[in-house]
Amino acid sequence: MQMKYLSTAFYVTAAFVLVITVWQLVIFIGDYPEALLPSPLMVFYGIITLIQDGTLFEHVRVSLFRFFTGYLSAVVVAIALGLVLGRMTKLWRVFEPIVQVLRPVAPVAWSPFIVLWFGIGNMPAIVIIFIAAFFPVLLSTVSAVKKIDKTYLKLAQNLEIKEMSLLYKIIFPAAFPFIANGLHIAVGTAWIFLVAGEMIGAQSGLGYLIVDSRNALDLDLVLAGIIFIGVLGLLLDKAVGLFEKWVGKQWGVQSN
Amino acid sequence: MSVTAENKPLVELKGVEKEFSKQGDSKKVLSGIDFDIRQGEVVSILGQSGCGKSTLLNLIGGFDRPTGGELFFDGKQVTKPSRRAIMLFQYYALLPWRTVLKNVELALEPEGLSKEESRERAIRYIKLVGLEKSMDQFPSELSGGMQQRVAIARALSIRPELILMDEPFAALDTFNRYYLQDELLRIQQQEGTNIILVTHDIDEAVYLSDRVFIMDANPGTVRKKITVKLPKPRDRAHSDFQYYRKWILDEFNFSYTQDQLDFNI
Repeated sequence: MQMKYLSTAFYVTAAFVLVITVWQLVIFIGDYPEALLPSPLMVFYGIITLIQDGTLFEHVRVSLFRFFTGYLSAVVVAIALGLVLGRMTKLWRVFEPIVQVLRPVAPVAWSPFIVLWFGIGNMPAIVIIFIAAFFPVLLSTVSAVKKIDKTYLKLAQNLEIKEMSLLYKIIFPAAFPFIANGLHIAVGTAWIFLVAGEMIGAQSGLGYLIVDSRNALDLDLVLAGIIFIGVLGLLLDKAVGLFEKWVGKQWGVQSN
Repeated sequence: MSVTAENKPLVELKGVEKEFSKQGDSKKVLSGIDFDIRQGEVVSILGQSGCGKSTLLNLIGGFDRPTGGELFFDGKQVTKPSRRAIMLFQYYALLPWRTVLKNVELALEPEGLSKEESRERAIRYIKLVGLEKSMDQFPSELSGGMQQRVAIARALSIRPELILMDEPFAALDTFNRYYLQDELLRIQQQEGTNIILVTHDIDEAVYLSDRVFIMDANPGTVRKKITVKLPKPRDRAHSDFQYYRKWILDEFNFSYTQDQLDFNI
C-alpha cells in the first residue's frame, strides 16, 4: 500500500517536472514575449498573489457553490424523473426522442434565454451546470431501472410491496450502482461547463477570473485560473470515484 | 386440522394450458394439467429441464396467467401474486444492500406491524433457520446455503399458506443440500406450511414429498402422480426409499426405451 502511494507520487512528480520543462524550453527556444506566453515562474508568482490577497479562495468558494447547487439539484430532479420514466415504458418512449434531441446541445447554447429568464449573477452558471449534469444522470437512471434484475420485481409483487415503497426501497437501491456511474460522468461534464457558465454575466468565480484577466491582458492569471480549474476538477473526480467505490462495497457488487 | 379444510383443496388446477408466442410462432408449453393439492401436503413436480415445470410454478404463484383452463387458490381464481403463496427463487433474490435482518423485515413491511413486533418476528424466523449469529451480515458475506436459509426465513416470516420452491437447493453441494432438506422438513412440520417444489433431483423429491408429480415435455403434461407412503423423516438408504426411487427412475427410463424401440424396428 505504502509502495503504491510512493510510486504514484513519483510518477505525478515526473509528469509535473516534464510539463514545466517543456513549457520553459518552448519559451527559451521560441523566444516568445511574455505577453504571448507567460513563463512558469510568472504563473507561479501569479498564483501566489491570488492566494495572498485572498481573491482565489473567494473565486473557488463561489465556483464550488454554483457547481454544487447546479449539480445536486440536477441529480435530484434527474434521478426522481429517471426512476419514474424507467418504470413507465410508454411514457419514456414519448420522452426519449425529446431528450435525445436536447442532449447533444451544448448547455451554453441556451445562454441568451438563460440570461433573459434568470438574469445575471449566480443563476446563469447554476442553470448551465444543471443542464450539463441533468442528461447523463437522467439517461443512466432510466437505463439502470430498465436493467434491474426481474427477480427483484417478482419478489416485490409477491410480497405485495406498494409502488412507492418499491421505488425507493428496491428499485432505487438496485439501480444505484449504475446511477452512480452516471453521477461520475455528470461531474466531469458539469465541471467543464462551469467556466462557460461563469463567462456569462458573472462577477466572480474561476470562469470570471479567466475572462477578467484576459480583458486586463494578465495571461499569467489566465493560466493560473486554468490550473486551478483543472486541479479542482481532478479532485472532484477522485472524490466521486471514492464515493462510487464506497457504493460498490456497500451494495456488494464489487469485490474490492 | 378441521374437516372442511381437509376436504377443500388448497390449490386446484383444471385443464391448465400455457402457450408462449414469439414473433407469430406459438409454442405450447403446458397442456391439460389437472391436479389438486390438499392442505398440509408437500408435493414435488419432477421433470427434465424444459418440461415446463418452472412455468407451471409461475402460474400457481400468479406471476403469469394460463392461456387455457382454470387455476384456483383456496377456491379463488389466481390472477396475481399474493402473500399467501410465497415463491422461493432459484438464486434466493436477497437484496444485497440489506443485512439478513433487514431482508426479512422488508417482507413484513406490508403487514403494518409496529417496529418492535416486526423485528421480533423477523428474529424469530431467523433463529428458526439457525442464522441468529449472522443477522447483521450482508448476503454477500454468506455461503449459498446460508443465503437460501435467509430466503426461507423471509418466506416463513410472512406465514404464507403455501411456499413455492423453484429448484431451491440446486446451487448447493450435496452435504448442504441434505442438511437444508432436513431443516426444511422440520420447519414444514412445525409451521404446517404447504410446499410445492419443482426439482429434477429424484432423491430430493422422494425425501421431501407426500406426492411426486412426474412431468413429460413438449408439451408439458403431468404423466403420473406417485404417493410416497413413507413416514417422515425418511431414511435415504432404506429399501423402501430405494423402492420409490427405482419406481421413479423406471418412469423416466420407460420413456427412453420407447424411444429406442423406434430405432430397433
